[in-house]
Amino acid sequence: MLSTHQQPDTAIPMNMVEAVNQALHDAMAADEDVVVLGEDIATNGGVFRATEGLKEAFGIRRVMDTPLAENLIAGLSVGMATQGLRPVAEIQFMGFIYATLEQLISHAARMRNRTRGRLSCPLVIRAPFGGGIHAPEHHSESTEALFAQIPGLRVVIPSSPARTYGLLRAAIDCPDPVLFLEPKRIYRLQRLPVARHGDPLPLDRCFTLRAGTDVSLISWGAMIHETLAAADELKNDGISAEVIDVATLNPLDRETLIATITKTGRAVIVHEAPGHGGFGGEIAATLASDALLHLRAPVERVTGYDCPMPYFALEQQCMPGTDRIVAAAKRTLEY
Amino acid sequence: MFTRTPYECHTRLAVDGQWHARPGDDRWARLIEGYRTMALIRQFDKKAVNLQRTGKLGTYASCLGAEALTTAAGQTLQPDDYFVPYYRDQATQYLRGVRLEQILQYWGGDERGNDFPADAPAVRDLPNCVPIGTQLTQAAGVATKAKQRHEHTAVLVTCGDGATSRGDFHETLNVAGVWQLPLIVLVNNNQWAISVPRRLQTASRTIAQKAEAAGIEGFQVDGNDLPAMLDALDYALDRARHGKGAILIEAMSYRLSDHTTADDASRYRKASDLHAAWQREPVARLRQALVEAGHWDGDQEKAWLEHCQRQVDEAIDSYLATPPAPATDMLDYLYANLPPALLAQRAQLEQRTTGGHHA
Ligand SMILES: Cc1ncc(C[n+]2csc(CCOP(=O)(O)OP(=O)(O)O)c2C)c(N)n1
Ligand SMILES: [Mg+2]
Repeated sequence: MLSTHQQPDTAIPMNMVEAVNQALHDAMAADEDVVVLGEDIATNGGVFRATEGLKEAFGIRRVMDTPLAENLIAGLSVGMATQGLRPVAEIQFMGFIYATLEQLISHAARMRNRTRGRLSCPLVIRAPFGGGIHAPEHHSESTEALFAQIPGLRVVIPSSPARTYGLLRAAIDCPDPVLFLEPKRIYRLQRLPVARHGDPLPLDRCFTLRAGTDVSLISWGAMIHETLAAADELKNDGISAEVIDVATLNPLDRETLIATITKTGRAVIVHEAPGHGGFGGEIAATLASDALLHLRAPVERVTGYDCPMPYFALEQQCMPGTDRIVAAAKRTLEY
Repeated sequence: MFTRTPYECHTRLAVDGQWHARPGDDRWARLIEGYRTMALIRQFDKKAVNLQRTGKLGTYASCLGAEALTTAAGQTLQPDDYFVPYYRDQATQYLRGVRLEQILQYWGGDERGNDFPADAPAVRDLPNCVPIGTQLTQAAGVATKAKQRHEHTAVLVTCGDGATSRGDFHETLNVAGVWQLPLIVLVNNNQWAISVPRRLQTASRTIAQKAEAAGIEGFQVDGNDLPAMLDALDYALDRARHGKGAILIEAMSYRLSDHTTADDASRYRKASDLHAAWQREPVARLRQALVEAGHWDGDQEKAWLEHCQRQVDEAIDSYLATPPAPATDMLDYLYANLPPALLAQRAQLEQRTTGGHHA
């Protein structure tokens, strides 16, 4: 786990949204090229309070409430990033990120490539994502797979306060554009110790959250918590599950994934997004091509149904629950 | 006639309910009807906020302060016109025949709230639009259809002041000018986009003046003033229906509520500003004007408010008594016909959510 990165003497308890806030504070204090922009982020401190206090600490020159326009936010960020600023933009909800696609796909992700390294685009776009908080329509999407296919764009998804802090600091330091997706359902789930000045976390490694020998449960984001709960249940039934937090969808840490299957021979991939075209398919394909002879059962995928996340009256029925994860794990063992 | 300029706000009622220009005798019935709707929607809105507070509704966007402009929209649209709303248009939707219980169902997290009654004028209207500004270009598409079919209808689309910062807004005005579309863009300028004040959205003096660059007419109206809004929309919709082109109307209002029930406006808005805005609020203002003119009195008010209470309570009862939709609805409306590729998922979903029994 993360203990290697933590210095217990400096660790303070935070929830995930506090960890975002702390990482932004610390990154802005460390580097005055870091600027923050978005809708309602300055005076209001963000609708989830992720940017609270930044305006007071760093002023409106570096903490910018933009006009309401996501394409603008993305384009501003690209322009700033090409000229040496380190913009960290907030898109209020992932459901409103689609107007940024042209800037991300056609420019941010390929500026370095197009100019053969003359210009680059070290921006971070942060967006809360995922369902389960009874939000209005379009506020509960998990469309990470759309972004994970964009070559040149890193896609990072934390699932604990410490990984939020460490990965966000790394994302801001990273010379490449990063989409940083925050699973808002677990924003305030628990306060856990976070080492503020620990080493930044790697942007291309999975995290092994629990070691096991019988089956590998592979997930990311808020679903990590259902997955850990499933591992607990399986343990009660005498089944030892390894839990992998993918955390960085692009680039993907294939070594850790292959290594876990080499050990357990069984894989259950869990994500909230629809299964069809979901990022689980990329992982399954990796296992099929690079770990086939270690697989002792077909790879299971436990995902949302192939529909947009329903408006909240039905959202619980769409999200994978612990029961479905446990059942899938048992199928791999009974195969 | 009335003043139509981007720089001066057309007003009929002074804030104390005195008339700047009294309506003709044939106008009172419509104003009284408008007042009744405004009072009803105010009660509805208050109860909807309470339902959210007690966990019986999801996040709700209050229309407190928008009653006059949204009622005027509903009163001036003809049944065969088209309405393309954003999400603070409860009164317009109600007047288009959307039932109050459906509005609750929508904010209760249920897509069935978007399935407007088949016999209502709203049947062809688009549903609420949450991704800001995206309804505007769609409305231009609806207007293109109306124009191509020589319909003599008009399309009314609404948005907030914040939405005018999106490219969608400018793209819509632009095409509406080039193609002479029968499109009215009604901006509910309630001075705030969540925490961001109007002056941080645009440096132009008014939003209405943005029409000029698109080559269409634009003017500002007092959105807290029902008769002024009726003037504006009657004029604009009539012109659009007669092929005389698109119009941008900036309705000056004030968001008297928090942005939604998930917001706390005291973090970014001065209590004194809110207090001042209450002095201009639309419902009391029209009531005073009607009373002053002898067209409304305390007894009528009391009887009407009692009626509103009953009507809203019935809507709430009906909303709360509606059984939940089957979970399979999430798949069943996605395609015209359920693709065979989804049959297995559907069966699993049904099995999990009904325990194998049909609900
Ligand atoms: C594309 C998009 N970006 C952001 C949001 C989040 N959001 C919801 S309402 C809102 C402010 C809208 O302000 P305005 O257009 O003035 O309308 P009002 O709510 O004030 O009536 C924002 C930023 C959204 N729904 N859609
Ligand atoms: Mg507004």
